[in-house]
Amino acid sequence: MAEKRIDEATGTQTMGHEWDGIEELDTPMPRWWLWTFYASIVFAVGYTVAYPAWPLIDRATGGTLGWSSRGDFEKEMAAEAKTRAPIMLALAATPIDRLPDNPELMHAAVEGGRAAFKVHCVQCHGSGAAGSKGYPNLNDDDWLWGGDIKSLQYTIEHGIRNPDHDQTRMSLMPAFGRDGILKPAQVDDLAAHVRVISGQEKPGAAARRGAALFAENCAVCHGADGKGLREFGAPNLTDPIWLYGGSREDIAATITTARYGVMPRWGEKLGPVTVKMLAAYVHSLGGGEALPALGALPVSDAPATPVADAAKPPLADAAKSDAQR
Amino acid sequence: MPNAEHIAPSLYEKRKAVYPKAVDGFYRRLKWAIMAVTLAIYYVTPWLRWDRGPYAPDQAVLVDLANRRFYMFAIEIWPHEFYYVAGLLVMAGIGLFLVTSAVGRAWCGYACPQTVWTDLYQHVERFIDGDRNAQFRLDKAPWGPAKIAKRLTKWGIWLLIAVATGGAWVFYFADAPTLLKDLLALDAAPVAYGSIAVLTATTFILGGFMREQVCVYMCPWPRIQTAMLDEKSLIVTYKDWRGEPRGHGLKKTQTATLAETGDCIDCLQCVSVCPTGIDIREGPQIGCITCALCIDACDKVMAQIGKPRGLIDYASAEDADRERAGAPARPVIRLLLRPRTIAYLLVWTGIGAAMLFALGTRTRLDISAQQDRNPLYVRLADGTIRNSFTVKVRNMEARPRAVEIGMDGLVGAVLWTGGARPAATRTLRIEVPADSVAKQRVFVGAGAAGAVREPFAFTVRALDAEGGRGRGDAQFERPEATP
Repeated sequence: MAEKRIDEATGTQTMGHEWDGIEELDTPMPRWWLWTFYASIVFAVGYTVAYPAWPLIDRATGGTLGWSSRGDFEKEMAAEAKTRAPIMLALAATPIDRLPDNPELMHAAVEGGRAAFKVHCVQCHGSGAAGSKGYPNLNDDDWLWGGDIKSLQYTIEHGIRNPDHDQTRMSLMPAFGRDGILKPAQVDDLAAHVRVISGQEKPGAAARRGAALFAENCAVCHGADGKGLREFGAPNLTDPIWLYGGSREDIAATITTARYGVMPRWGEKLGPVTVKMLAAYVHSLGGGEALPALGALPVSDAPATPVADAAKPPLADAAKSDAQR
Repeated sequence: MPNAEHIAPSLYEKRKAVYPKAVDGFYRRLKWAIMAVTLAIYYVTPWLRWDRGPYAPDQAVLVDLANRRFYMFAIEIWPHEFYYVAGLLVMAGIGLFLVTSAVGRAWCGYACPQTVWTDLYQHVERFIDGDRNAQFRLDKAPWGPAKIAKRLTKWGIWLLIAVATGGAWVFYFADAPTLLKDLLALDAAPVAYGSIAVLTATTFILGGFMREQVCVYMCPWPRIQTAMLDEKSLIVTYKDWRGEPRGHGLKKTQTATLAETGDCIDCLQCVSVCPTGIDIREGPQIGCITCALCIDACDKVMAQIGKPRGLIDYASAEDADRERAGAPARPVIRLLLRPRTIAYLLVWTGIGAAMLFALGTRTRLDISAQQDRNPLYVRLADGTIRNSFTVKVRNMEARPRAVEIGMDGLVGAVLWTGGARPAATRTLRIEVPADSVAKQRVFVGAGAAGAVREPFAFTVRALDAEGGRGRGDAQFERPEATP
């Protein structure tokens, strides 16, 4: 048991414990220290009244100030939306083909697209947009349906092979093998030819037979030289980029059963501004192409904006209309 | 607790009020001088100007948190150079070792802000309330108009000093003249007012009311400094071998008992001038900040009674033992120059010299490249392999610079920033704004044949007359096997 005593040298009481002859003095704390202790108790009581604190069965007490972290979050989001509003308005007002003319707005669109991509697109295309088998890599310069910013917008807005949607990107390759159009041996010959035009094999007898079959069955979509046709989303078969694999087996399997990659139409779900931002982001990844000359543009339902309006700096314009409201 | 009844339990102790008496003497004057210098440095520094050209602020000492720059006269520190600040802190630490091992708790006694501001507050207190005895009487007196008037005056002046102290602090973090205008127009940032309020409160409370309580209970330095003292460090020492046994008054010492009493006449002047309210004659203790005011007080008394000065004086524990044994006092310089202090001094100057050298030779232009990790490489339609990098060019000069980014190694590769891939471009010109980092996304394309991981470097070259180069290592990644 602790043996308390008064230390002779200092006249102070000891704590009563001894460790190998070493004792500790029980020096009194200063009185103000006690006050800070009482003050912290008072503060704690006040805090539990003012802020959410006491657990109940299905929730906690709300606190008289009505504070909540969710409320904080909503306030922050509202403030963020307010600062973003002029950019969003400018994006809505700017046709996509005019976006590259405004570097500031383009930058905002790319960053917004990066965020939206992380939510809606990474499930198939991957977080780095590098794709995988069956899901195209969006970083390269090989595009099925066109790599200019307007074509990208159209593809994202209307999707690929969407049922019940007139404007979707649509093409159907026949399942040559499964449907009996070509015999298995012919499929192999055709695969050999595709391997030759993509520079993976030397020409041989099978490839020569395949070349004739190609001209007869495939050239209408893939082109006589096999370089593809974006109108039908028909891939270029001469480059080293393969969506479903470039080995003999993979090519034969593709010819036999055909491939029908699909993508949702995002226009209805995300709205025009987000689609524009996504198009800008994908275009910025490195494979984006310049817009084709006017007149050659594919039909699009981009909002018709008077040219005079679009020529104005959209940010300043939107900021003005924002201030007027 | 069997023997609890004979122990008076007192867990908490009321502060014993200290009314230090005014004193004059060498150390008091030294303290005045140090107070004047330190306070002048603190209040004046933010107002000094230093011309850095049109792209940088002209405040001599400025901690620009918003732009992450630290300016100190000709030196500008970037966040990545924070090791200079760390170096200064190490120097401050070793400097404290040096000072403490040589002259004890000199920091506490002379230069610590708590000491300086408490000293200033006590001076104000004496000016309003009078000296020790008057203060004591006023404290005990009942509240009346005179006492209220004196208290309000004293607290008012304290508050003014506190506001000026907190106010000066924020000037180190923004352009002082602009901020002062904004502050007076109630137009400054809330954090400025908040900082002033907090520092005003701490100055007012710590300097006016807590005083020695801060040193004894709140501050870790006394413990650390006590551990750094050794038997050769100077401390304020009551020379008990000379003073004891104490005589009680001048008359007694003149009588026949003169031979039996020491020089101490128990006049308690050393106690009454002590700002922490201790009795130095009890020996070295945690409450002694070695301000040396008791030396001044005692010297004055010794002069009055015709005894040599220095009954209380700076002395080391070793010298105290020697003198107690009858040896003569040694010169103080012997204590200051000894292996321990010289070693500290060498380390301290070594770090300082190394930092000055590093500062003088640091590069003002720098490049670094961060590679896109996802995907590491992209195969293009013509078989070329492309890597993407975020290249950062750091321009530490206070003027915009045109620079050329290039590649060292990676033969046959091309470099571009977007749009169509060029046939054979390996360089890129960009403008880097003054005193900032330019970020540029670049694509590097090279043939598929080659090492899976090929090292190369990005280079940067200033295109102006002054020139300057930098390089940053990078790697070019290729797929492991072609399909």
